[in-house]
Amino acid sequence: MSTADGMSTVDRSKYEIAHLKLVPKRHIGRTISAAVVIVLLLALVRAFSVGQIEWSYVSQFLFAPVILEGLVNTLIMTVAAMVIGIVLGVVIAIMRISGNPVLSWIAIGYVWIFRGAPALLQLMLWFNLALIFPTLGIPGLFEFRTVDIMTPFVAAMLGLGISQGAYTSEVVRSGLLSVDAGQYEAARTIGMTQRKMLRRIVLPQAMRVMVPPIGNEVIGMVKLTSLASVIQYSEILHNAQVIYYANTRVLELLLVASFWYLVVVSILSVGQQRIERYFARGSKSIQASM
Amino acid sequence: MDILVKAIDVSKNFGPFKALDQVSMEVARGEVACIIGPSGSGKSTFLRCINLLERMDGGAIWVNDALMGYRRDGNNLHELSDAEISRQRRRIGMVFQRFNLFPHKTALENIMEGPVQVLGEPADQAREHALSLLARVGLADKANHYPVELSGGQQQRVAIARAMGMRPDLILFDEPTSALDPELVSEVLDVMKDLAASGMTMIVVTHELGFARNVANTVTFMEAGKVVETGPASEVLSAPKSPRTAEFIRAVHS
Repeated sequence: MSTADGMSTVDRSKYEIAHLKLVPKRHIGRTISAAVVIVLLLALVRAFSVGQIEWSYVSQFLFAPVILEGLVNTLIMTVAAMVIGIVLGVVIAIMRISGNPVLSWIAIGYVWIFRGAPALLQLMLWFNLALIFPTLGIPGLFEFRTVDIMTPFVAAMLGLGISQGAYTSEVVRSGLLSVDAGQYEAARTIGMTQRKMLRRIVLPQAMRVMVPPIGNEVIGMVKLTSLASVIQYSEILHNAQVIYYANTRVLELLLVASFWYLVVVSILSVGQQRIERYFARGSKSIQASM
Repeated sequence: MDILVKAIDVSKNFGPFKALDQVSMEVARGEVACIIGPSGSGKSTFLRCINLLERMDGGAIWVNDALMGYRRDGNNLHELSDAEISRQRRRIGMVFQRFNLFPHKTALENIMEGPVQVLGEPADQAREHALSLLARVGLADKANHYPVELSGGQQQRVAIARAMGMRPDLILFDEPTSALDPELVSEVLDVMKDLAASGMTMIVVTHELGFARNVANTVTFMEAGKVVETGPASEVLSAPKSPRTAEFIRAVHS
């Protein structure tokens, strides 16, 4: 006991550390790398400020009617192509997991073909459809000249939407597969038909998994619509090009266009967070944050 | 005796494995039938054949005089469509081992979903009924909670209320207490006892022999896809005729 007591006095002073001064760990590597990056950034800013950019042109065209009109057309094309992409994506994904082997193989073939060719190429195929089909329609009922229908808007919408559908269908399929088999069974035992089960029980739960990648795809689509400039659809990049062909201020106009892309993408990112929060109701993560 | 469920020679194969081998059973209206047996004996598969979650390979099941899955037309049996099968399932509730509540809906919404979406009840009426069912399973204060906020026992009680919401002729219970922590088992069994006392016809696959002894009218012992023994609960559990039944009961109790 006496030895134990002797030990404990030594120990006590050893364990009394509350009054000592705490010296934080020094992050020398961190400090150096931060300094290097800041110097590089300043160099970049300086390069732009002394570079031959006429900032007055940027501000002059930032709110020019032609640019804003192009911006609106970009947004319209984004919405139109994504609506087609999502509708096709849902339909193709359901075909793929349906028990019907014909539908399933058609779905697999669709994804294979439309994911297999560049979007730009597909746009050009639709735009030039008149070369092989001069007229479209049902013979005897109605018929149109293909060049009248296949406007730049329609060609871009079909090209972007249909190729997007191939990607979105994989997102939807992964969402459907993420829903527990017990949910399908519970829905069946309360007498739901296949369609009602998908709409009321399965898709709302699949959405939680699908929203982040689909948000990603919407943001990708905003920028992908710039491909439509190639077939003369007057979206924002096309209109910026039209201006710089006339005034030769190439970089200034490109900066104007990139400013607006950045604005749209920033707004969409905020919107995506809101939608995610809605579909996460009843899941653990949202309970934790509430 | 008014027979509600009649199964004749039900067979089901998973590949070469005979999950069910000519299982026959009768359950009278208002009766509680427990099915016991070792795991893999086919008891759950049989339960899932009754409401067509599994497709039978042979035999037939009638519920309330309706042949499940088929329509008889002279000498032909026509397979029912998706919509017709859904209609047959409406009158058969099911409670799962893993609860399977809809996680994106509150307790109240889980119970209202079937009555409103499938039976077309007005929302007000369905809400009132759902609230009374929640009160009956002792969860009146949890109406607006999501499943994730409830304990296992509470979730299973909501699941029972959801099955009752459809005003079924019959409720199937597939090992309703097997996924629960031991201290939560009794609250679920109490709700089931109350339900049995109210005259609901129930087929319960369970390992709770105490529940079977106290509540069940008949007990059926299954093994290897076959019915080994069936009879009044007291007889099968206290004086089993088959040595296999006796052995199983001894093993569960030890």
